[in-house]
Amino acid sequence: MALHLNVDHRDHEVHDLPPETTLLQWMRAQRLTAPKEGCNEGDCGACAVLLQDEQGRLRAVNSCLVLLPMVHGRRVLTAAGLARNGLHPAQAALVARSGSQCGYCTPGFVAALAEAAHRPELAQAAPDDARLHDALSGNLCRCTGYRPIQQALHEVAGTCPESPFPSTPPPGGRVEYEALGRRFLAPTELDEALRALADGARIVHGATDLGLSINLRHQTYDHMISLERIDALHRLESTAEGHRIGAGVPLAELEDWSADQVPVLHRMLRYFGSRLIKNRATLGGNLANASPIGDLAPVLLALDARLHLRSHRGPRVVPIDHFFRGYRQTALEADELIEAVQVPRAAADTRMSAFKVSRRRELDICAVSAAFALRVEEGRVAHVRLAYGGMAATPARALRTEAALLGRPWDAAALREALPRLDDDFQPIDDHRGSALFRRRLARNLLLGFQIETAREAFRPLPSGHVATVLP
Amino acid sequence: MSASSPLHRSAPHESAVGHVTGRARFVDDLPEPQGLLHGALIRSPVARGRLLALDLEPVRRAPGVEAVLTAADIPGDRFIGPLVHDEPLLGGPELLFHGQALALVLARSAEQARAAARLARPLVDEQPPVLDIEEAITRGRFHGEPHRIARGDLDAAFARAAFVVEGEVRSGGQDHFYLETMAALALPEEDGAIRILSSTQHPTEAQKMAARVLGRPAHLVICEVPRLGGGFGGKESQATAPACLAALGAAHTGRPCKLRFDREEDMRTTGGRHPFASRYRAALTSDGLLLGLYARLYSDGGCTFDLSLPVLDRALFHLDNAYFIEAVDLEGRVCHTDKPTNTAFRGFGGPQGMVVIEAVMREVARRLGRPTEEIRRRNYYGPPPRDRAPYGQAIPEPRIAAMHEALARSAGLEQRRAEVAAYNASSPWFKRGLDLQPVKFGISFTASLLNQAGALVLVFADGSVQLNHGGTEMGQGLHSKMRAVAADAFGLPAEAVRVMPTSTEKVPNTSPTAASSGSDLNGQAVAQACAIVRERMEAVAAEAIGRPVRFEDGRVLGPAGALSFAELASRCWARQVSLSSTGFYATPGIGYDRAAGQGTPFFYFAYGIALVEVELCGLTGEHRLRRVDILHDVGDSLLPNIDRGQVEGAFVQGYGWLTGEQVIFDDRGALRTRGPSTYKIPSAGDVPLAFHVELLPHAAQGSTIGGSKAVGEPPFMLAIGVVGALEEAVAAFGEGPLRLELPATPEALLDAIERRRGVP
Repeated sequence: MALHLNVDHRDHEVHDLPPETTLLQWMRAQRLTAPKEGCNEGDCGACAVLLQDEQGRLRAVNSCLVLLPMVHGRRVLTAAGLARNGLHPAQAALVARSGSQCGYCTPGFVAALAEAAHRPELAQAAPDDARLHDALSGNLCRCTGYRPIQQALHEVAGTCPESPFPSTPPPGGRVEYEALGRRFLAPTELDEALRALADGARIVHGATDLGLSINLRHQTYDHMISLERIDALHRLESTAEGHRIGAGVPLAELEDWSADQVPVLHRMLRYFGSRLIKNRATLGGNLANASPIGDLAPVLLALDARLHLRSHRGPRVVPIDHFFRGYRQTALEADELIEAVQVPRAAADTRMSAFKVSRRRELDICAVSAAFALRVEEGRVAHVRLAYGGMAATPARALRTEAALLGRPWDAAALREALPRLDDDFQPIDDHRGSALFRRRLARNLLLGFQIETAREAFRPLPSGHVATVLP
Repeated sequence: MSASSPLHRSAPHESAVGHVTGRARFVDDLPEPQGLLHGALIRSPVARGRLLALDLEPVRRAPGVEAVLTAADIPGDRFIGPLVHDEPLLGGPELLFHGQALALVLARSAEQARAAARLARPLVDEQPPVLDIEEAITRGRFHGEPHRIARGDLDAAFARAAFVVEGEVRSGGQDHFYLETMAALALPEEDGAIRILSSTQHPTEAQKMAARVLGRPAHLVICEVPRLGGGFGGKESQATAPACLAALGAAHTGRPCKLRFDREEDMRTTGGRHPFASRYRAALTSDGLLLGLYARLYSDGGCTFDLSLPVLDRALFHLDNAYFIEAVDLEGRVCHTDKPTNTAFRGFGGPQGMVVIEAVMREVARRLGRPTEEIRRRNYYGPPPRDRAPYGQAIPEPRIAAMHEALARSAGLEQRRAEVAAYNASSPWFKRGLDLQPVKFGISFTASLLNQAGALVLVFADGSVQLNHGGTEMGQGLHSKMRAVAADAFGLPAEAVRVMPTSTEKVPNTSPTAASSGSDLNGQAVAQACAIVRERMEAVAAEAIGRPVRFEDGRVLGPAGALSFAELASRCWARQVSLSSTGFYATPGIGYDRAAGQGTPFFYFAYGIALVEVELCGLTGEHRLRRVDILHDVGDSLLPNIDRGQVEGAFVQGYGWLTGEQVIFDDRGALRTRGPSTYKIPSAGDVPLAFHVELLPHAAQGSTIGGSKAVGEPPFMLAIGVVGALEEAVAAFGEGPLRLELPATPEALLDAIERRRGVP
């Protein structure tokens, strides 16, 4: 079949291009040159455009990490199309505030600002609201120093009730695209996905990681299967026992939802990727690619999450601490996918927190991430989970340190005695994100920071403009 | 200047609407001509060695490939370079750095060209590379001769000194990370001519070098620059190679050729800011007055000369920053390493020199237990005899002391010192620090001959105006400023003047748009060109409306009446009066004798001062800029919003250099930080929580365009105050030794904190 998409209010039909062709690559070849290639790895935002998702919502995304078949039937707006009837308020604000200098990153910032302009929940956001900071977290500018762009964002956030897209959601539906003997399938039913998987297809969710293999390592895939259009994977359900998070829920949606439901997850999501990434990335993708860092994995380890896996042979449930098997290896069988993540409700008096230390606070891969859960009963530690990313070949719990703390008072003396056990739990490596020494120091200090936090009031989310991963 | 003049008032960047709509075109956005070929490069897989064989057959046979060119296909001189022609456009057999271009693949699509280039497997004899300053020094590998500036009796200064501070400062490299990577498009024209459209800060050099490479006279090569998606010095000399390669491809195939580096390629194969390793020894009186400074600077030049010598010069020229030092012995050398050649980068060595003297200032303050601002104030340049820079130039009317007092007052320094002390006393794991950082920066190309510029103004018979000048627009707002200068001269609104893409066919023999000099030099040339045309128009106007004639609000007014500017232009045409003129400017009265280390390299100095407050986490080494107040001297600003943008952007870029950006090579000389996933420039979340920037009022500078001053580079160095503030915060964690490595990443800061705290 041919692909159909609407860009800047014009319909386009695509044939014969490899399924790995990115939206950015295609737009530029069509001489739709408003989106720029700044990095081709989703880390600069110069290629950002507005995409209308299946619910009709507008999302700013990195077009370098969107594969063309993924946007079949969808509508896309670049900075050029957004200005069809005069400047959009986001554009006018950038002009008025001197928010552009060289102008190369600007069309991407326009997409990020326009998304925020069309989020009514931001209308009352104070200038230091974390959601506003997050709105710019995926766009780099080397000229302005950002202040005027932030000012423009504050002025327009939440002020545009009317979507620039037609109000009708785009037609959903199955995609089956073939070119050069390579196939891209986006079924709407899980069963079809499982059958394709059994035939050896490569799963793709948001392509925020797979896109790097395509763009930077020039990978091709004979058979890709996108889970994006399967409604069953998009559900968020809460029951008395806990929460069931569909593997295909975009992280931006999970971030909003988790603020009340699972605050510790929300805290980590604040510094996970960028808004542009989170608008496409999914929890299932983050877990399945099994990065040793995988910022969400430590949180789920601390929460004793259980993964619902499914293949054409049927479902099974794997506790997350049995899921990661080695460097970039998981318990997933070749024909299996993650369907959902079950997060049990923690006892009310469980204290939890999440930390991430990276060279840069926003959109960076950390040196060390950590999530901790702890319950004290009658002055003794009755339950403890110390989970780390960046300390080993997989995200992992510090089991020896946990054992050293269990049954002891949660005080400075007991912690001091337990801390050396971290060196038994982990032998981290040196790399360009941090030396082994730095990682060991962080592992120790973050646990110390957790104790300092727990000595005070109940869990609180990260305030905007805070200094560090640990709360002062 | 009339009341409605666009000069000295804020207005949107002249391309702002083009930027936000994406209609502003960069080289890769230009319509692609028919038959266009795309280039990709086959590159050296090793940092040092010899190329034994390069089998190009598989590459030539790859789909879409039309030609593969090597050094043997270069008709003219294959060596290029800004000062010394030591860079082979296409290399081999000697291999100079990891990623050096060896062959150019031309194919029908960029994907095909890149895929074909990946098929090449150069056979090489790899030799161990020299990758750092120490090893280069040990092996005696240098570019050029040392540069020394000495004055006074340094031995006597040390003999008189109450105490001495000494140490070493290492500052790291920095990738320019302009958002638009290198790009050039070359179009073959008739009679052997080539038109190059390039993202370069130096179109004349692209023209000159392409002519040299092709063995053709310069008049057969035109270089045109639509705009740059950022330059920062990275496209001063290093955009020349892609321009020459595109021209070579076009000349060879007779078809248009385009080259665009992807990010990985751009970062891996072009140079950046020079890392420096500097040793110092300073003699001081008991109250912290500098008596003498001995300093030895070593920069990492990379594999060829490029601009390393002038960068080193500027580092030496800024070892004094804003301080008078009676006796000095300052010397620098450029080390030759097997890395991509380092090049110009905003500040051009100035920051690397300044971090040395600022380390001295902070150490002196700690030794004396006094706030840093007190030591700095004591050492500022002043009335004679404390008014001579080490290289002999007089520092007239230093503004810095007054700016120091003004900012200390407006930013509430004294009270905030007390607040920080109180906070630190009550907060075990978070500490704050303050630093008041002055900057004095010399303005002019230190290669004095480069201080020249030209312009060409065209008034059309309908009264509309085209303006050409020799500078390139790379976001700094030069075109906006030049447009305002021309509009002011003709009494027109800014929109009546169209600034044309920079082109060597309009203004020849230009200097690079660099050294913060763009508006100083081109502004004078534009003003002169406009004055010449205006004078001719005045004469025509006077016949009708008498003298004196005024040009304002789009009208021309005289005692006997008024004409619209358009009417006058039309009348001039009818009277056969020329409505176009060139203008030219050369900075008067500057010059420097490098051998003697003496002279007047600078036309004037720009000043700035920043008060930086940080908060630092003792558990993770993470920090936040709580508040930054800046008072900056741009003379009488031509366009205040543009200048403010330069100040803020430069500060944040300097902040990146000093805290987060780290260029990392592996031990075979291949860059590991090849993209924004591993090389972290500041993001929006790093901006100071409160960021107050003021331009110094009533600051007119004599003999400059509109009384303005250069602004591009000086504020970059204000960010050195972040290091001072961080050191102060680290110091508050304990009593142990204080040593903070640059860049001050969380890792470096945590290391410093734990050492200070005495954690085993």
